[in-house]
Amino acid sequence: MTDASDLPKDDAPLAASKQGSAAVEAASGNVPEAQGAHITGRSVTINKPAEELYAFFRNFSNLPSFMENVESIRLHDEQRSHWVVKAPGGGTVEWDARVTEELPGRLIAWTSEDGADVPNSGKVEFKPVEGRGTVVTATILYDPPGGIIGKIVAKMFQREPAIQARRDLRRFKQLMETGEVATPAKNRAEFEEMGL
Amino acid sequence: MKALAWHGKHDVRIDNVPDPGIVNPRDCIIKVTSTAICGSDLHLYDGYIPTMKAGDVLGHEFMGEVVEVGPKSTLKKGDRVVVPFTIACGSCYHCGKHQYSACPNGLPADNQDIAMELYGHEMSGLFGYSHMTGGYAGGQAEYVRVPFSDVGPIVIPDGVPDDKVLFLSDILPTGWQAAEYAEIEPGDTVAVWGCGPVGLFAVQSAFLMGAARVIAIDHFPRRLELAAKFGAETINFEESAVYEALMEMTGGIGPDAVIDAVGLEAHGLFVDNVVDQVKASLLLGTDRPHSIRQAIIACRKGGRVSMPAVYGGFVDKFPLGAFMEKGLTLKTGQTHVQHYMPALLNAIMEEKIDTEFLISHRMPLTDAPHGYKMFKDRQNEYTKIVLKPGMDQAA
Repeated sequence: MTDASDLPKDDAPLAASKQGSAAVEAASGNVPEAQGAHITGRSVTINKPAEELYAFFRNFSNLPSFMENVESIRLHDEQRSHWVVKAPGGGTVEWDARVTEELPGRLIAWTSEDGADVPNSGKVEFKPVEGRGTVVTATILYDPPGGIIGKIVAKMFQREPAIQARRDLRRFKQLMETGEVATPAKNRAEFEEMGL
Repeated sequence: MKALAWHGKHDVRIDNVPDPGIVNPRDCIIKVTSTAICGSDLHLYDGYIPTMKAGDVLGHEFMGEVVEVGPKSTLKKGDRVVVPFTIACGSCYHCGKHQYSACPNGLPADNQDIAMELYGHEMSGLFGYSHMTGGYAGGQAEYVRVPFSDVGPIVIPDGVPDDKVLFLSDILPTGWQAAEYAEIEPGDTVAVWGCGPVGLFAVQSAFLMGAARVIAIDHFPRRLELAAKFGAETINFEESAVYEALMEMTGGIGPDAVIDAVGLEAHGLFVDNVVDQVKASLLLGTDRPHSIRQAIIACRKGGRVSMPAVYGGFVDKFPLGAFMEKGLTLKTGQTHVQHYMPALLNAIMEEKIDTEFLISHRMPLTDAPHGYKMFKDRQNEYTKIVLKPGMDQAA
């Protein structure tokens, strides 16, 4: 059994840790109201000011424009939103999310409410870097549920979340830097068929 | 519209495919007037590039007339443009440093994973060159959708014929960058392996950059003749021993800079099967990765190695010891086409660079399948084929 004290004393982010459970434990200490026994994380540098990126991201209704699997986000109020996310095989999973901390221009943290199909929590940080724009770092903790839906979701969330997170962050970068998301679609009809 | 589509190894056809249209705000649509078959297209033709799908439209050297623009394009209908083969956004960190072929924003997010695995980083998107470079439809077609049309395509002044400027799309900037990366000093002797289009443009560029002598190496007599036309001395490696010849021709010093324009010739990204490619090359006696080994061994102490040739995967027996002991410098990379286009267009218009000499054959787009076969089988006489969709209508 590993615990946080076993983590190597280096400066590497926890998402790069080779010691999964210890990393989750350590990350949980840094995410408000943390829940979820798996961790993924990814950073991307975007050539735009932190304030601009934060403002776009904080308006959650913008997120489906670059998050491929997010079907819809309905805003209940400033802090609470309802997420519908595509699962492989054609189904969807849903949860209510609540903002647990926000530092304008710097950080947004959230956790899912009771009854979530996929309990999760995490944070997105925006850190300005001289001459390069902003490093955006997502840290996501999540719990794949049991049961049949769990198998589908597990497939998506145990193996795919790192891929999904990095693809979504790449699209976020493209959208913010170029005003559009790259697509090989030859025309609108093909684009509608392919999606993001 | 009609387009040249890939269907498998040695199977390319003219297909009827849906017309392209504006998808993103910075797009434009061009009507293709000239498009070339590139040496690297032969790797697709030979089935060496993974992530190809039946029906993929090929072609990454093309130009034409703007017929439709998105709301954020800065082009106008009727503009004649040459399109760079690298799809770059112009607004990211790398584009800011003019490292256009490193732009991550033209490659769709889902297509970035393979390069991430292979190289540790994603590269720019390319036209008509498999799905790991984006799956974009290419220019061997009547019409093409061009992303980032506000920063990529260069407008050609009226009266300058297609054949003079078409190669701004790829091979001319690639040859120029190769010579630039050789950091030529006045009086230098530069050796160039491979007298394909890139090597021949590197020969011309090296002289323009002040090289006193350029020595060109190949085994196709016709291609060596073209190099000689620009003032290069030649070595036919089937007739002479290359290292010995270079040492003797430089009084035992070796060339000051060496340029490998052979490699695997491709702009694309090879995966594990690069090993098979190498083996196949060895069996055929062309011994392609040999060129970079030979270049390093021949280069003088403290000299420069420039490698426009593409090596996509892993190469065996790289002479790292010679490289270190002699204190060589190596510069390489996909071409930052957008960086070079304006100055090279000027050089063409001032007649400092000859481009048309390269074209051996012009044919209608509908003859492209025949063109591929000839380009592959008869490299000595078929130095460059330019396809003209307009010739179909005229015929």
